[in-house]
Amino acid sequence: MTAKGGVQYSKIAEIKGPLVVVDDVENAAFDELVEIETKEGERRLGKVLEVGNGKAIVQVFEGTTGLSISGTSAKFVGKLMEMPVSKEVLGRVFDGLGRPKDGLPDPIADKFIDINGEPMNPEQREYPKDFIQTGVSVIDGMITLVRGQKLPIFSGSGMSHNILAAQIARQANVVGTKDDFAVVFAAIGVQYSEAEYFRRSLEESGALKRSVLFLNTADDPAIERIITPRVALTVAEYLAFDLGMHVLVILTDMTNYAEALREISAAREEVPGRKGYPGYLYTDLSTIYERAGKLNGRKGSVTQVPILSMPSDDITHPIPDLTGYITEGQVVLGRDLFRQGVYPPINILMSLSRLMKDGIGAGSTREDHSEISNQVYDAYSRAQEVRALAGIVGKAGLTDIDLKYMDVGDVFEKEFLTQATDENRTIEETLTILWKIVSKLPKNEITKIKDKYVDQYYQEN
Amino acid sequence: MAAKGRIVWVSGPAVKADGMSDAKMYETVVVGNSKLVGEVIRLTGDVAFIQVYESTSGLKPGEPVVGTGNPLSVLLGPGIIGQIYDGIQRPLKELSKASGSFIGRGITTTPVDMIKKYHFVPTISNGDNVAAGNVIGTVQETDLIVHSIMVPPDHPGGKISNMVSEGDYNLETVLATTEKDGEKIPLKMYHRWPVRKPRPYQNRYDPTVPLLTGQRVIDTFFPIAKGGTGSIPGAFGTGKTVTLHQIAKWADSQVVVYIGCGERGNEMTEVLVEFPHLKDPRSGKPLMDRTVLVANTSNMPVAAREASIYTGVTIAEYYRDMGYDVVLVADSTSRWAESLREMSGRLEEMPAEEGYPSYLASRLAEFYERAGRVKAVGSPDRDGSVTLVGAVSPSGGDFTEPVTTHTMRFIKTFWALDAKLAYSRHYPSINWMNSYSGYLGDIAKWWGENINSDWLSLRSEAYGVLQREDTLKEIVRLLGPEALPDEEKLILEVARMLKIGLLQQNSFDDVDTYCSPQKQYKLLKLLVEFNRRGQQALKEGASLADIRAMPIVTTLLKARMDIKDNEISKLDQLDIDMKEQFKSIIGVKVTN
Repeated sequence: MTAKGGVQYSKIAEIKGPLVVVDDVENAAFDELVEIETKEGERRLGKVLEVGNGKAIVQVFEGTTGLSISGTSAKFVGKLMEMPVSKEVLGRVFDGLGRPKDGLPDPIADKFIDINGEPMNPEQREYPKDFIQTGVSVIDGMITLVRGQKLPIFSGSGMSHNILAAQIARQANVVGTKDDFAVVFAAIGVQYSEAEYFRRSLEESGALKRSVLFLNTADDPAIERIITPRVALTVAEYLAFDLGMHVLVILTDMTNYAEALREISAAREEVPGRKGYPGYLYTDLSTIYERAGKLNGRKGSVTQVPILSMPSDDITHPIPDLTGYITEGQVVLGRDLFRQGVYPPINILMSLSRLMKDGIGAGSTREDHSEISNQVYDAYSRAQEVRALAGIVGKAGLTDIDLKYMDVGDVFEKEFLTQATDENRTIEETLTILWKIVSKLPKNEITKIKDKYVDQYYQEN
Repeated sequence: MAAKGRIVWVSGPAVKADGMSDAKMYETVVVGNSKLVGEVIRLTGDVAFIQVYESTSGLKPGEPVVGTGNPLSVLLGPGIIGQIYDGIQRPLKELSKASGSFIGRGITTTPVDMIKKYHFVPTISNGDNVAAGNVIGTVQETDLIVHSIMVPPDHPGGKISNMVSEGDYNLETVLATTEKDGEKIPLKMYHRWPVRKPRPYQNRYDPTVPLLTGQRVIDTFFPIAKGGTGSIPGAFGTGKTVTLHQIAKWADSQVVVYIGCGERGNEMTEVLVEFPHLKDPRSGKPLMDRTVLVANTSNMPVAAREASIYTGVTIAEYYRDMGYDVVLVADSTSRWAESLREMSGRLEEMPAEEGYPSYLASRLAEFYERAGRVKAVGSPDRDGSVTLVGAVSPSGGDFTEPVTTHTMRFIKTFWALDAKLAYSRHYPSINWMNSYSGYLGDIAKWWGENINSDWLSLRSEAYGVLQREDTLKEIVRLLGPEALPDEEKLILEVARMLKIGLLQQNSFDDVDTYCSPQKQYKLLKLLVEFNRRGQQALKEGASLADIRAMPIVTTLLKARMDIKDNEISKLDQLDIDMKEQFKSIIGVKVTN
């Protein structure tokens, strides 16, 4: 991050939490980049949150620890915060503000881009419909991911979301194409070991050369986390729309991002919405998640897989709740399945891919895909009801057809859901297992599939 | 005189400017050197508090603010249909010409093409006296829409002179001049109307005609009337947007205004990609020929989100005044309420529940009150309607939150989406126990006259089965299904058939996506008949297993997808088949 020129001010009026109030300011702009310099010559970056009446409220990304009112000066840089980008960012590691962290110099910039981006014009978007084969059966078959989608993983503490996201990053490809791809990974307040796991996983698969890493780990400044996803997405947009690459962005963990936002809101004494999060959390999150998609007349795409841990596994908590309203579906991990040792422990009934309908079917996966997955959803949901009933009346109280549904539930979890972390299944293999599950049921229970597909694919026992 | 001031304070979408003593409340102002559009929302002394409709990044104190003298208005004239606008009626297509794939700032455009010529057919002559609202002629706007050129509702009226003859003219052409008390006013194809002011009408009618959406759970169970109000609340993933898209696609109105208010960009793109290819089931023309989109997605500036609702409803009222039935779909009113909350917070107003301003309820009431079936102002007589359907996105799916609870006070049809149904892939996931319609009695007459007189009683009978099932489910949960006698088990079976064969509807299936009222009625009748005959068969000694095993059961469940709207006579054959099959199982005497 470079910063030149601008006017120096030395009158710091107040320091509270992550905020610094600068006095006698005459020429500062809203959202402008600010350089704070301590008496000792240490430099920190910030941006203007509010300006007027001779005062500017500045949010300091690296925190205000150690700053004093006397001797600290603020310089208004005269521009918004920008990220230098070029093809050379590939293979590099940056910190949470986009500064090199791998000991190498700044990449030579092709251009500087405002990290806040601009909203895509909906009229200029291209509707996403290219099926991405992740090789993970449950995602490909039931919660299909397409290029340009934003599909978060809702997880809980300790569950295997990182392993799943890394597996997707390694295996994801669009069948039959040889397009340029890249992975942009942003660690937002996660433990060092988690970030390292990703780095190693990308390295082992040989994808590190095609990846850009932004690391804000748990011991890095919290307020920096406001910036981390934005610099990552700025780079992703550049790679996708300027260089024509297909970019998969993994953001983990968005819960830490929202908490940093809450910290600033509290310091500004704003009226809180739910659970102390600011009323604009939805709007703010959307300025991150909506930076996914495809554009008319441009080759690349930005696909987002944000990861967030639901506090107390509560899906109605404001962070997953508002995320779900913005993203195009969600992959929800289930604590029960995780405890049983199932990998990936995805609760399909709570999961959904909104763009699946356009990414599957004849021409991309197979003509029966939509109907077979509907039938399996229906059957697995029935299986859960039967299991609950069996818990009360015992297996002996179940009808024959109920028992068949129990069987469906077991086969689904053992043969379809369960898969090794390095197992890469084709969509044909995935669909074959789905038919195996449905074929546990008699034909008159199959109400969601057209007869011609039943005749073609049903496996007689 | 237009106010001229300068910025003294900036924080997000909120700006304060001084030197603004000439500014009026809700006046549109031009903010800063980059000429951003804003609106005055509070005046204190000579300081105006302005909400800015574009991103304020880089804005500085000291930059100029200039008043326009006009309240936030929309331009109403031919060329609106088929457009996609942002929240303040700027065409997104024009914006992309100015700033490419991403939305830039400070761009001025006209909402419609002012140069394009339309074939104008006058309906009055020189010397005629006109009053506000009178139609002076028509133009063909799209294949589906004949656009009436009306004297603006706030026009004093007068005697017509200089009337042009039939021919091709653009929007700026003076079509005629009115004269009254020596004052001459030119009439053009368009006029402007302030968005926050409802357009006047002569009188309102009772809503007695159903708005047919082709969605069975709506039309058959929880109908909405033309000119009525409805709300569809649901947690994420419950299928709000799909249901709203279905209404926008298939509702039997002539004009659809779809407002994407703080929602996903790709959803608007989907409408833009899909609607030109979909055909209106009644006219066979592309749906885009009757649709207007207002798109202010979640990442677009929050203040324009607040305005988008009013922009949309004013356009809807304009087409209503031509005598059209208009459906306005707003997805989502919760995001609109959040933009109110955000501005209220910046104004440092005392918050009511969950930080929302205390005027949330009155703003919602004002909005929904703009629905109605009315007789338009002026001659000739025109009856039109605006039906308002608003999505609500309750936080955490909790229907007791302020936006949902206040909305429920002002609407008459409530489609409660249910996450549990959605998890089991029962779509549309409208919960039949929690939803209601206040129009059932009003529109029963229409069904009686146009479809069949026993519609209401069949609907009640089917609904009765669903209510019984709801109670019986509790017993099953505690004791298992074997605890029930056969006639109650049959109730459960029929309820299952109603759910799969009638309530569920696959919007991605070519046949099932739209269901005509005739087909809805026949499916309903078949399932009710199944229940009646089944109960009778049990009394006459048939076993439940035999009833379940009848091939007609699966046929009925698939009929919604297998039988097309143009071959519904096949459903009559199913009735005959059903009768036969029941006869055959009663014939089998059980020996014991």
